[in-house]
Amino acid sequence: MSDGHDDHGHGKQSFISKYVFSFDHKMIGKQYLSLVMFMAVIGGALAMLVRLQLGYPGMHSEFWAKLFPTGMASGVMTPEFYVMLFTMHGTIMVFFVLSLGPVSGFGNYLIPLQIGARDMAFPFLNMMSFWTALPGAIIILISFLVEGGAAASGWTAYPPLSAIRSAIPGSALGQTLWLVGMIFFVASFTMGGLNFVVTIINMRAKGLTMMRLPLTTWAQFIVGILGLLSFPALAAGAILLTFDRSMGTSFFLPHGMFIGDTLLPNSGGSPLLWQHLFWFLGHPEVYIIMLPALGFTSDILSTFTRRPIFGYRSMVYAMCAIGFLSFIVWGHHMFISGMSPFLGTMFTMTTLCIAVPSAVKTFNWLATLWKAKIRFTTPMLFALGIVSLFVTGGLTGIFLGTNAVDIQLHDTYFVVAHFHFIMAGAGLFGMFAAIYYWYPKMFGRHMNESLAKIHFWFTFTTYYGVFFPMHYLGIAGMMRRIYDPNTYDYLKPLQPVNTFITICAFILGASQIIILVNYFWSMFMGKKVESENPWEANTLEWSLPIEPGHGNWPGEIPEVHRWPYDYQHPDAEGDFIPQWVPPKKAVTK
Amino acid sequence: MAQTLTVPRSKGPDGPDVPPELGDYRPGGDAAMRKDTAKLGIWIALGSISMLFAAFTSAYIVRSAGEDWVPLAVPWLLWVNTVVIVASSVTLELARRAFENSRPLGFRKWLLVTAALGVMFLVGQVMAWGQLAAQGIYLQSHPHSSFFYVLTGVHAAHLFAGVIVLLYVLSLAMRYRLIPGESSAPAICATYWHFVGGIWLYLLVVLFYI
Ligand code: HEM
Ligand SMILES: [Cu+2]
Repeated sequence: MSDGHDDHGHGKQSFISKYVFSFDHKMIGKQYLSLVMFMAVIGGALAMLVRLQLGYPGMHSEFWAKLFPTGMASGVMTPEFYVMLFTMHGTIMVFFVLSLGPVSGFGNYLIPLQIGARDMAFPFLNMMSFWTALPGAIIILISFLVEGGAAASGWTAYPPLSAIRSAIPGSALGQTLWLVGMIFFVASFTMGGLNFVVTIINMRAKGLTMMRLPLTTWAQFIVGILGLLSFPALAAGAILLTFDRSMGTSFFLPHGMFIGDTLLPNSGGSPLLWQHLFWFLGHPEVYIIMLPALGFTSDILSTFTRRPIFGYRSMVYAMCAIGFLSFIVWGHHMFISGMSPFLGTMFTMTTLCIAVPSAVKTFNWLATLWKAKIRFTTPMLFALGIVSLFVTGGLTGIFLGTNAVDIQLHDTYFVVAHFHFIMAGAGLFGMFAAIYYWYPKMFGRHMNESLAKIHFWFTFTTYYGVFFPMHYLGIAGMMRRIYDPNTYDYLKPLQPVNTFITICAFILGASQIIILVNYFWSMFMGKKVESENPWEANTLEWSLPIEPGHGNWPGEIPEVHRWPYDYQHPDAEGDFIPQWVPPKKAVTK
Repeated sequence: MAQTLTVPRSKGPDGPDVPPELGDYRPGGDAAMRKDTAKLGIWIALGSISMLFAAFTSAYIVRSAGEDWVPLAVPWLLWVNTVVIVASSVTLELARRAFENSRPLGFRKWLLVTAALGVMFLVGQVMAWGQLAAQGIYLQSHPHSSFFYVLTGVHAAHLFAGVIVLLYVLSLAMRYRLIPGESSAPAICATYWHFVGGIWLYLLVVLFYI
């Protein structure tokens, strides 16, 4: 080790360079995870308020009036407040929890460890990427406090609501801060993606071919590429939207719009243009959230079934196919925008194609599980949960992807059910699975297994309790984003379903306290890890010493001799051979 | 005979144990790879920036179908600017060649000239905006002018970043931090600069000839 950076012993580091402006990918990953947990608590609280309104519309409460003197001034939630709640819930969860967690958090932590590198390719850029994400998050949080409140045009920020500053209270400063926060987010994510791709291409340990990468790292690789190619579209849209908002241009604003009695001067712009730009990002973005979870699932299933993952190559190709297809399906979010039925059919065809690689992955998992002796650890339970959510959500995707059916279902709770199963569910469960699985590596201690299992069963059952009935609500015609369904007579009979969902949601929300407590309690009080490979897994990160320094491996980087799924291998002494174990001398071929 | 279950079991893609010589060898993170890493990084970043302009272009094409589209004439200053930016790419190549041939003075001189040409371009761009504004064509006047200001503005921002990078490389050169044949900073910075120049020519075609 000649290069200074690669050296293990860094001597004493100051608090600032170790915990704050750290270049160490492990610390940066943990920083991201801390930020994500904080944002998840906020995003979750917003969801609880949304459910409060839908479960008990018009409920009067002096307590809430004190807590939210504007949003619930008279003790009843105002529609403007409600709109802001779901907008910010979506924004925070999609971008600042489910993107920053599995991707920026676990990606940063795991990629160098799984490929045998001492750090990411550009450690400084990595540090910068966290320190741009954090201000982005802070700006988003501050936007709750400004006059008019935070943005209220949905997480998709459709114009004209997002483009005309006087449209609704949230369209004013709140929307501006939303855009600024997003620009920070995009910058951070782009820097991260660049690092991911370059690191994985260029820094793999000796012997680690692309086709020997763990599927988690494959997923992060594809996610990096998707981010680099899709986020610029959002950046372009956000720039044009900013000009529409503050400089009087008409990119997205058509002629003939009135605010009150005044005719706006804009003309000729097209709100649909924003939708195209947004969904060109938006669809890849949902896969950015989901692919890491699929990677975690593959690795965790293999470890706890003690089986090689079935169909490794087809898993890789399926993820590549999903990544590629995700760029040519965005129109399925716009079937009812007046798009030509011919174009709609094209988008239906590309969309339904995605079901094929998705099914390949599912069947590979099932084959891996088939008659296996499963070790039912908590990460395994969550991984199985992901398989279940992925099937449920994937099937509804096929309904929605068919344009004739979507005309009925678009903008109903059916869509809400769909994406909470597949994107939010898989993403969230993926993050939980990853936390439980890699915690011993991250903190050198075990989490409390009983608490973890209780957390799983509460989360899994109430998750279905919340989101499964939404399919029926959607089919019955309840629109998403509606403030009070009881304004329509035909929706009144659905109120008991909504109340049931809200109760489940409260239990779901409360059960997350379990993991928060477990996470922080175990950091100091958890059982100390005794082996560097407690799960008896094969990937490189488990060769790391229990307390790794900056530079990861104290001596040489291990050489890689095999793919990561040699479980129940004939040559194995136990039932597994890690990647860093050389082939037996005797084996000659 | 007891039933034997044939469990689906796949083999590792390389078969069980392939000797390491057959894997593609990447020594994790040593100095020789760093150079390669930075080069790869810039190309990937350019891919991402290309997507930004591709997104603008598609927005432009969609919007140009609108009924309120008023085509804009090319402000003549842009031709001067085009000459300047092409010249800057040439001078940067001269700088790079001087660097590879270990002529540090020539390197610094041409680098400085390139940066100066870059600044000239930026000034020219501001003057071109001024020219338009003087004719009463503002950002919000009509969609073509909006796109003109936004796209040239975004391009100018990228070029401005390029000037900063040039000056940074120059400062490295002044402090003898660059070693011919080893340091990749000049090549990387040239790649970026030529790309931004290329984007300019592309924008000219998109904005005025499509
Ligand atoms: C079999 C694969 C899939 C198909 C065919 C599919 C199809 C669709 C369609 C057609 C819509 C639009 C529904 C509407 O607004 O009317 C939709 C919405 C959505 N899908 Fe999927 N989808 C699939 C997989 C996924 C995956 C894997 C994710 C995320 C990981 C995802 C996340 C979303 C989200 C977030 C929305 C809602 C966006 C919004 O309007 O706010 N989908 N899906
Ligand atoms: Cu989609």
